Amino acid sequence: MPLKLLNNVFFQSIFLMSLLVVVGIFIPNWLVFVITKAIAYGLVGLGIITLMRGGLVSFGQGFVFGIGGYTAGLLGTQAGLTDAVLLLFISFIFTGFVGLIIAPLLARYRDIFFAMLSLAFSMVLYGILIKIDAIGGSDGFVLPESTYFGIKPSKEYADYILYVVSVIMTGIVSILLRYYYDSTPGLIALAVRENELRVEYLGSSAFNVTVLNFTIAAGLGGMGGALNGIALGHIDPEFTYWTTSGEFVFISILAGYLSVPAVFLAALLLELVRSFSGRYFPDTWQLILGVFLILSIIFIPSGIGSFFKQLFDKLKNK
Amino acid sequence: MKFFRHCLILASSILVSTMSFVGVTNADDHKGFKIGVVTFLSGPAAEPFGVPAWNGGKLLIKLLNEGKVPAPYNKKGFGGMEITAIPIDESGGATKQVQEFRNLVQRDKVDAVLGYVSSGDCMAIPAVADELQALTVLYDCGTPRVFEDASYKYVFRTAAHAAMDNIAIAKYLIEKGHDISSIAGINQNYAWGKDSWKDFSVSIKKLSPNSEIKNELFPKIFSGQYGTEISALLNSKAKVVHSSLWGGDLQSFILQAKPRGFFKRTQVVFSAGDQVMPGLGNKYPEGVILGARGQYGMMAPDTPLNNWFYKAYMDEYGVFPAQPPYRMVQGLMGLKMAIEKAMDKNGGKKPNKDEIAEAFTGLEFEAPGGLVQMKLGNGHQAIQPHAIGKTAKDKDGNIIVTDIVRYKASCVNPPNGIKAVDWINAGFPGADC
Repeated sequence: MPLKLLNNVFFQSIFLMSLLVVVGIFIPNWLVFVITKAIAYGLVGLGIITLMRGGLVSFGQGFVFGIGGYTAGLLGTQAGLTDAVLLLFISFIFTGFVGLIIAPLLARYRDIFFAMLSLAFSMVLYGILIKIDAIGGSDGFVLPESTYFGIKPSKEYADYILYVVSVIMTGIVSILLRYYYDSTPGLIALAVRENELRVEYLGSSAFNVTVLNFTIAAGLGGMGGALNGIALGHIDPEFTYWTTSGEFVFISILAGYLSVPAVFLAALLLELVRSFSGRYFPDTWQLILGVFLILSIIFIPSGIGSFFKQLFDKLKNK
Repeated sequence: MKFFRHCLILASSILVSTMSFVGVTNADDHKGFKIGVVTFLSGPAAEPFGVPAWNGGKLLIKLLNEGKVPAPYNKKGFGGMEITAIPIDESGGATKQVQEFRNLVQRDKVDAVLGYVSSGDCMAIPAVADELQALTVLYDCGTPRVFEDASYKYVFRTAAHAAMDNIAIAKYLIEKGHDISSIAGINQNYAWGKDSWKDFSVSIKKLSPNSEIKNELFPKIFSGQYGTEISALLNSKAKVVHSSLWGGDLQSFILQAKPRGFFKRTQVVFSAGDQVMPGLGNKYPEGVILGARGQYGMMAPDTPLNNWFYKAYMDEYGVFPAQPPYRMVQGLMGLKMAIEKAMDKNGGKKPNKDEIAEAFTGLEFEAPGGLVQMKLGNGHQAIQPHAIGKTAKDKDGNIIVTDIVRYKASCVNPPNGIKAVDWINAGFPGADC
């Protein structure tokens, strides 16, 4: 029984979440922030991975990242809604809804056409956002400080509380996602990746699965954008720029599509490498980052997640 | 292959953990005064702006630590404390900058952060700075919104915001009797370009209501190709063409417009036109009216402090300093004065951030570019005198700036409590010229 419990996704996640919450008390403040940001980026990466399972990569997740961020930001500044939990939730739902609207258009395309069309959406949004002076144009705008269930935490604890909220909400999302991946539509996505035609002959719809996956990816991206905006306290059109989208793609490639926690680890690794190379090599940090990206693609082509999978398979066989 | 993979994972985890360790152990060495300096070290804004600014900063920090700067900056370092600077690259957008800022404050435990060229970064950083209660000096960025839309306790900007650049140019055109019956503009399509054009065109309209706006062009930032824009501007036959282009864009524009006789056929005004002068040298066109965002470079005042700085920079780097190094030096000098003022008050101890912030508020100090007064934003935003001039060739064929008109700070900057754009729209009430 205890062994079976260990193998249960639900209990694993609860354990991991509580571990992270406790660890957060002891690690320095800057690392708490870096992890929060890695969670935000990881959420978007998770969206791309959901698509990757169906054989698609989106180069334009900045689109949903930006929509999520601006949703949270505008609700905060225009409507005075500052509750972080609520903002994250609304951004998730709203961006998912936007995703659902454009998904039928995107779902008709595959491969590079899908990727480029998604990129086009994000750059159109970028172009629109830098032109709207009422919300700061290219400078963006500052978000009000967040509250949690009506309470405004003091400045020393604000970072930690946001961290806890993001760990818990992301934990819940991750659990649901794991169950989704192992459900019928989740598994059909894998089949679509292998052979779309055969899936259609077997009576399932690749189109429907892609629409569903894109909607989920959009919701996750929106939540990530909202979290990033709330953590930074500032939002600008850079959220939707293609370089931002590129980072998400890299995170997903580094993580691979086999494991959910691997995505967050990949995002954290990228953040740390970037931050330390920027600190110690201010003139050549891009070079260091580039070498890191190349090495990881050469040596771990199927992503960090493949280690996890190997590890679990070994444990199971023993 | 598997072996390599494991090696890579192992190596990267060791790298990351040792680096975190290094970061943590370094943190508590607090003998001197540690500052983070954020400026563009890569990307399109590095060469014309970030790097020369940091060159000026590096030089001043070195000379301050050696005690070789003339009075009133002759105390070693900051009030006797040795200055250590950690340079950070500003490229990568506001998201990355907020994180780097946190790293500087929380991981490296710097005593102050000096930085930010991009207005987007200047909008994003102050809220975090106040949240972390970290002393922050914005040394360059132009947007007036920083202290007009909000107020901060620990954030200061030691340079005037962008409104004065365009107000002064409008005044200059009228005082010198230029024909401003029609104006046109080419400015980058982002906040800086759009604000600059708005400030300029509204100022002109206020001072000369009959002038007509011909063309408003907004090419995108870093586009580098201006062939069609130049044609459109030439066809519009506007008497005056205004531009706030800077850096590589300004350089490309000049090089593409000059062969077509653009600068002979219309009166061009550059609101931030001097920073490409060291690079272009004698290829810089004649007859251009330009500002340097302050009395900097060729328009700097003839004071002992400026003459010292101009020569020190020239000796070190072999080119004359344009606005970027002047502005960073201005920031460092302001910080130094605030720290030393706070030390006079607390009996010579290392002052804490609250003491420095209190001393900084409303501070006045002499910089190479003239007297800087922290007068706006309730003592957090500087105003400074300004100068506008016109390029010409001297008898040896070198490009110089002549016809310089100097403006008092209170003449081209709004009074405290009034937004720049409202002040322009109201026709500059209370301007003291």
